[in-house]
Amino acid sequence: MEKQPYLQIRQLTKSFGHIEALRNANLDACQGEILAIVGDNGAGKSTLIKTLSGALTPDSGVITINGQAYAHLTPKLAEEKGITTVYQDLSLVNTQTVWENIFLGHEYRRLGWLNKKKMRRETAELLKRLHVSIQDQEAIVGHLSGGQRQAIAVARAIRQGGKMIILDEPTAAMGFKETAAVQKLIRNLADQGYGIIIISHNIQQVFELSNRICVMRQGEVLALLDTKSVTADEIVSMIVGGTAVNGVKQ
Amino acid sequence: MKQYVTKEAKSLFAAMINRSFPQILLTLALLILILILSLTSEYFLAWKNFRNILDQCSVYLILSLGMAFVIASGGIDLSVGSIAGMCGVIMAVLMHSGMQTYPAILLSLGIGIATGAVNGVIISLIRINPFITTLATMTITRGIALVLTGGVSIYGFEQSFKWWGTGNIGPLNPPIVLSLLLTLVSFLIMRRTLWGKYSLSLGGNAEALRRSGVRINLYRISIYAVSGFCAAIAGLIMTARLNSAAPLAGSTYEMDAIAAVVLGGGSLSGGSGSIFGVFIACITLSVLRNGLTLLSIPTYFQQLITGGVILIAIIIAQLRSNRDRLH
Ligand SMILES: Nc1ncnc2c1ncn2[C@@H]1O[C@H](COP(=O)(O)OP(=O)(O)OP(=O)(O)O)[C@@H](O)[C@H]1O
Ligand SMILES: [Mg+2]
Repeated sequence: MEKQPYLQIRQLTKSFGHIEALRNANLDACQGEILAIVGDNGAGKSTLIKTLSGALTPDSGVITINGQAYAHLTPKLAEEKGITTVYQDLSLVNTQTVWENIFLGHEYRRLGWLNKKKMRRETAELLKRLHVSIQDQEAIVGHLSGGQRQAIAVARAIRQGGKMIILDEPTAAMGFKETAAVQKLIRNLADQGYGIIIISHNIQQVFELSNRICVMRQGEVLALLDTKSVTADEIVSMIVGGTAVNGVKQ
Repeated sequence: MKQYVTKEAKSLFAAMINRSFPQILLTLALLILILILSLTSEYFLAWKNFRNILDQCSVYLILSLGMAFVIASGGIDLSVGSIAGMCGVIMAVLMHSGMQTYPAILLSLGIGIATGAVNGVIISLIRINPFITTLATMTITRGIALVLTGGVSIYGFEQSFKWWGTGNIGPLNPPIVLSLLLTLVSFLIMRRTLWGKYSLSLGGNAEALRRSGVRINLYRISIYAVSGFCAAIAGLIMTARLNSAAPLAGSTYEMDAIAAVVLGGGSLSGGSGSIFGVFIACITLSVLRNGLTLLSIPTYFQQLITGGVILIAIIIAQLRSNRDRLH
């Protein structure tokens, strides 16, 4: 990739007591690109993205966003810099409507009153732009499907200035159709120039979706590969720690 | 373009009907109740009786409005009846010690707000369950009322004070006008302001609201403060109406307020609430009590019937919400 990476991670380390959850991890992520992070349970994937969302403070290492270097991020700083982690269940108010959720915490007001008209209009525009098919933005979010809720959570992240969207197993609990819809959404986002980092245990999904794959094992970034240059079998053997495959290890 | 607008308007309308189902049901029940009562008692439809119902309703209504926001936010406030009683007593004590009517009223309204805010601080900052917190403040504020009065009622106030309970405003009186005005204001706040929306969001998913950068503690504290304010106004009306401040005034009123909110479509798990529903619920309960009295049903039976009606209504609401349970 000749693109200038929007996000760069260098030598990131994080320990919990004697567990080294992250060990000298290096990673680049670009806009307009889907980067999949794969690895076995406990490999350090969630820990890595938590340092990116500012939820965790790394012990050492550097995070560079758009050319600016930081020793650690805060949730607020990460948001300002457009690094947004979407946690569907933690970010939606299930008892409220689509547009109320899209604007949660960032409502438009006019003379002190809520400007519902403007929020409804912009929600419709936003969902249309992201090709999210939700018939009725007056629908209560809790009544929508998992895929639609995921889409709303993502749309909100983007409306609030998200440039690099991080998704931790976005389709883990979803059926076939739902998963397809979310994958389509992710593809659309990348085509529109947003950067996507997706954690997934679904190797088939990783290959359908990603431009590059980051393999993690025991806190280390084992390899960062172009998806086209590897096979699923090679990735799987790297995840489980089998024999190193010639030519794919960076 | 034209078709787009119509479609949107249609979906808005459908959503409104769907979401207002409990309120629509309740309104129907109220209309049927009115029909039955007007057929059985000729006195029922008299203007004087209608005014009487609104007057009876006013204190409950005002307490229920504050409670609606508290319950919408996922909380509960058991202390409102006692705060009302305490604020009435404080007004009485202040005025009997020589303070003018309005400074005394304003000071005790302030005390009502402060007491509510204390509830909110304990609940949101120390993170103690609202049920337990307000149970404790209920006991404390009742205790304060008893201590201040020595257990006996305080009688006799100036006309300017009594006016708030017994005066006339055209064909209505101050309690009615005040309660209707507060209902209108609450309606607008709930539906059209950030504060109202966040009350609902807090009950829906406080963590989501917090993550979106909203200072949820501030909102939660202010919601309980508003509930305390409503309680203090109720205390003013109760005291002025009877020209006496009784230390036990307002006991168990919190239960009527909670019942009205739930009857009006509010869920005790938070996230929903309708001021229109609360209004109709309060009127329905008052009409029911009024009707039972007109029909000369003994008070004990009235309790039983009112309780039964509330229970049935809550069961209906629960069955419906079980049906379309949220994720
Ligand atoms: N807060 C914590 N305290 C202690 N240990 C932790 C904490 N968070 C993570 N760990 C440990 O760090 C290691 C990496 O965990 P992490 O959650 O990053 O794994 P993961 O790759 O996301 O796994 P999974 O696929 O199961 O989600 C694990 O050994 C885990 O037990
Ligand atoms: Mg994980």
